[in-house]
Parts: sequence; C-alpha cells; structure tokens
Amino acid sequence: MSDVILRTEGLTKHYGGVHALQDANFELRMGEHVAIMGDNGAGKSTFVRQITGVEQRTGGKIIFNGQEVHFKGPLDAREAGIETVFQNLALADDLDVPSNLFLGREKVWLNLGPFSILDFKGMRAATEKALLRTAVKIPNLSNSIRKMSGGQRQCVAIARTATFASKLIIMDEPTAALGVQETAQVENIIRTLKANGEPLIIISHNMRQVFDLADRIVVFRRGRIVANLNKHETSGQDVVAYITGAKTGTEYADAA
Amino acid sequence: MAQTTHGIGGLAYDASKRARPPELNVFVALLLIVAVFEILGRLIIGDSFLFNTRPNVDTLFNVPRLTIIILQVSTVGIIAIGVTQVIISGGIDLSSGSVVGATAMIAMSFAQVAIVNGNPNPKAIFPEQGWLDLPVIIPILVGIGCGLIAGLINGLLIAYTRIPPFIATLGMMVSARGLSRWWSNGNPVSFPTESFAGISNGDFLGWLSFGLFSWKGVNPVLIFISLAVLFHLVLTYTKYGKHCFAIGSNEEAARISGVKVEHHKVLVYVIAGIMASVAALVLSSKNLTAQAGMGITYELDAIAMTVIGGVSLSGGRGSIIGTVIGALIFGVIISGFTFLKLDAYYQEMVKGVIIVGAVILDQWRQRRQAIGG
Repeated sequence: MSDVILRTEGLTKHYGGVHALQDANFELRMGEHVAIMGDNGAGKSTFVRQITGVEQRTGGKIIFNGQEVHFKGPLDAREAGIETVFQNLALADDLDVPSNLFLGREKVWLNLGPFSILDFKGMRAATEKALLRTAVKIPNLSNSIRKMSGGQRQCVAIARTATFASKLIIMDEPTAALGVQETAQVENIIRTLKANGEPLIIISHNMRQVFDLADRIVVFRRGRIVANLNKHETSGQDVVAYITGAKTGTEYADAA
Repeated sequence: MAQTTHGIGGLAYDASKRARPPELNVFVALLLIVAVFEILGRLIIGDSFLFNTRPNVDTLFNVPRLTIIILQVSTVGIIAIGVTQVIISGGIDLSSGSVVGATAMIAMSFAQVAIVNGNPNPKAIFPEQGWLDLPVIIPILVGIGCGLIAGLINGLLIAYTRIPPFIATLGMMVSARGLSRWWSNGNPVSFPTESFAGISNGDFLGWLSFGLFSWKGVNPVLIFISLAVLFHLVLTYTKYGKHCFAIGSNEEAARISGVKVEHHKVLVYVIAGIMASVAALVLSSKNLTAQAGMGITYELDAIAMTVIGGVSLSGGRGSIIGTVIGALIFGVIISGFTFLKLDAYYQEMVKGVIIVGAVILDQWRQRRQAIGG
C-alpha cells in the first residue's frame, strides 16, 4: 500500500441537516489520474473541499502520503503538497504571469520581512521554465491576467499548480468555461502531467474528456460514492447509469 | 513587421501593441492643462504662466510659481501617497483629514515654547506638567504615534470584523474630528518651538549640504518627494507592494495563495495613518499653529488626486507616479486660477469636473483596451 498517495476513510460532511458527503472511501495511487463525476449537488466539490482544507470535515479520516492529516486551511494542504485549481481560478487579475505563479511564495532577493525586495529575474526564469514544462502557450508574460483569454488564464492557473505540486494536483472542472481549442490546450497539459507521472484528481462533466484523460472514474451520487470504475471495463452509458442512479455498484449497494 | 520578442510556446507577441502606461496619459493631461493656462494667460492678462517674465531674474521658468505649485499640494500629497496604497489594495480611507486635525492638535501640544514675549505661554496645554520647550523629536514621535494608533484601529476593524473600509474609516473620521475639538475645547494650539517650526520652515537642504545649498521653506516639498520615491520603490519592488495589488485585484485568490491578507490590511492602514500624521506635522509646523478644523476635506482631496492619477477605486491598479502627477494637476489648477485672477469658486467647480472626467476617461480607455486586446 505504500504507493497510495491519498486515501480517505469514511469521509463525511454535514451542513447542518444536509448530508453533503457521507462515508466516502477513496484511494489514489502514485501517477494515477482519477476522474470524479456526478450530478450537481452529488458531493464532488464538497469532497474536494474536505481534502484541500477549505472546509473542515464532520468525520472520517484523510491519509495523505502515508500520514493522517488535519488541514486547518487551504494553505496547510498546499504546504503538504496538494495543489488545487479552483473553479473560480483564484488568480489576481491585475498581476502578470510570474506574480500570479509566485503569489504568496515570492522569490526574494533581499529579505526585509514584509518589505522584502523581490527577485523578478528569478521568478521570470522559473515561470518560463514551468510554462515550457507544461507546454502552456502565453504570448507575453508581463501582460496582466485580465488581458488574457479564458484558456490562457486557466493555463496559468494550471501551470501554477504544476510548478509547485509536488505530490497531488486537484482540478475542479478545469475546462467548464472554455472553448474547443482552449479545452484542447488544457487537456494537453493534463497529458503532460500524466507523462510526468504526477497524480491528479479531476472533476468533470465531460464524458469524452474523462474517458480520454483518466485511468479511473469515481461516481458520486447524493453525497455517496456509488461506483469506482476502471476506464477500460466500463462505458459512457454505464457511467451515466451510475450518475442518474439507474445502477449502483455491487460493493456500494447499501448506498442506493 | 513586428516579430515575436518573448512569446512562450511559439505564440507571436507584438510589442508595438503594448498598451501605454496609464501614467503617461495623466502626464499628457497635466501638460495640456498647463498649456491651457499658458495660452489663457497670454491672451487674457498678457503674462506667461510657466516662463519667467520678470526682467531682473535670469531663469527660463517662473521658479517661484513652480515651487508654489508643488508646495501647496505637498501636504495633501503626502496623505495621497498613503491613500494610494490603501485604494490599490481594495480599500478606502476617509479618516485621513480628521487624523490630520487630531494629530496636529496633540503633537503641537508637545511642541510649545515656555516663554512668549517674556510672559509664560498663554496657550500652553501642559504647563503644570512642565511639558514645554521639549526637543522636537517628542512632538514628532507623539504625532506619528497618533497616526499609527488611528491606522491600527482602522486596520484591525477592517481586517478582523470584516466591516467595509468605508464604514470603519468613516467612524474614525467622525471620532478623530471629535477628539481634535475636545483636545483643547476647540481652541487653537500655538507657539511652537523653533525646532518644530523648522520641520517645514527650516533649510533642510542647507543643513544636509553643510551650507553649500540653501533653499528655505521647501521642506514640505522635499518630504513629499522623498516619501513618493520611497513608496514608489516599495510598491514596485517589494513583497508588500505585490500583495497590495494582489489583494486589490482578487482578495480571495490572494488568501488561497497564501498571502496573509489580514496582517497586510492592518499594515496598509497603519501606514496610511502614519502618512496622515506626517502631513499633520508638516502642516502645523508650516502654519505655526494647530486648529481643530485642520485637514477638513483633505481625505477627499487625497482620494481625488489618486483617482486623477489613474488609481482604480475598485483596487488592483494604480501607481505612486500617477498620484504625484494627479497632485501636480491639483496644484496647477489652484495656481492657474490664482494666476488668472479668477475667483476661487471656479477652482472648486473645475476640480470637480476634472475628477469625474478623469474617471470617465479611464473607464473608456479600459473598455477600449478590453475590446482591442
């Protein structure tokens, strides 16, 4: 079991009386890309928010990299090596690409506490390297994010996670708002990550994309995991059946 | 043919399409306004606004006028520097004018002389305690302490109770004005020591150059310019500056990215408060007196300067250079109307038009840029 990077046991989250997530047992191996699917309100984002420390879980265990973890906030998760591309991007629109990549962990040329002088050259060089590694195409690094297309922004957000990550990348609907070409670009980055052997959890509604990118598909329904499918042993129709509740995995029969 | 300069991943980047920095537009506006006064001056009163016309002086420009232009906006300009970093980080500070009043009153009380014309100082606030003829460092520290406390209260309220900056600083604006009136029951505090008066009226340049140069009475300008340079460097080259822009453009993103947003906000308002108190020291030293009504509407003038200078009220955009040019536009207008011997009322009206006009132009430029790419 030493190649398991992330495992949750009985992960549960209640919002007052709403049971948004119940008893989720999930496992992710090194270098594996897993897609999370499910209807709106099925608990996908809730699940991710517990792992990344954005919210505090009601119950259950999270074992990351062999150790049980209790993240107090997204920062803790980040420091532990979990990088997340959030649905709302989490970029500062008025800053340029290197500043966004290094936001909150700037390279410093001269350390003067909060007034530390920044190492612009170093950050720029590191940014170029990171963008080349993820094959992201950006016309001008010193442009502010505001002036970029949705796809380019998404690429910057992903490049940021890929630069620092370290151990696990989570993407919450990374292509939901993108056009065809931009989606293709983001998918290419994800393939690059796969080739580099970096584990990834991707939330997506796009069946083609999921079958294209993921090794395994985990389906959520009404706050529970109802299926854990190997890509090669399932089909689109099958997955839809799980999502809509027409079918339930045998090992999850009690969840239906 | 514009070719790729540093596009990443094989994309062409046309450097010639790069947007002009907004400060350049503001600077052009400044030149235009100066040109208008120059032309109107020659047409209406037959005198030059900018150039020297006095026969017995050998300079190209009218140096006294140019000095006055900067001198009269220096005090508010110092406040505007602090306000710039507040607005860039997505906040607003309405309290600076009142903080000027309160700081001036309190600091001046620690800068009074013991003997006026052979008699004990009639205006002394602390005669029983014997706090008279104190070294100048004491009123300076007291003054900066006032600004620091006011800024700290603003910052803590905004960062930790999450009330809007508008409300928090509005409260401080009202309370600090009350404090400055209560301090000496509405009476002015006067008769400062010579060294305190020297903050604004001394010959700092002469002292610095061991008497090589001498330029009396421009200390406010020197303080304004040095602080502007300092804060330009801070906003451009330090982590602090980067975080100001980051918080102003997307506070949530900054927080998720690991910026200590609350700490930063407290620091931003503390610095703004200190800048207001520096302005108060400069102003009360220049006027040799402090009054409870000092600094009324300064906060609005400071905000107007930053806005004219291209600082976006929604945060994330702007610069100290812009604010300094905005301050100069203010100075030119005041000076120009005096020069044309026009009524001061027109000044106010035109100032209002320029504030609104600057924002309209900026919006229009932003939109065009968004469409044009």
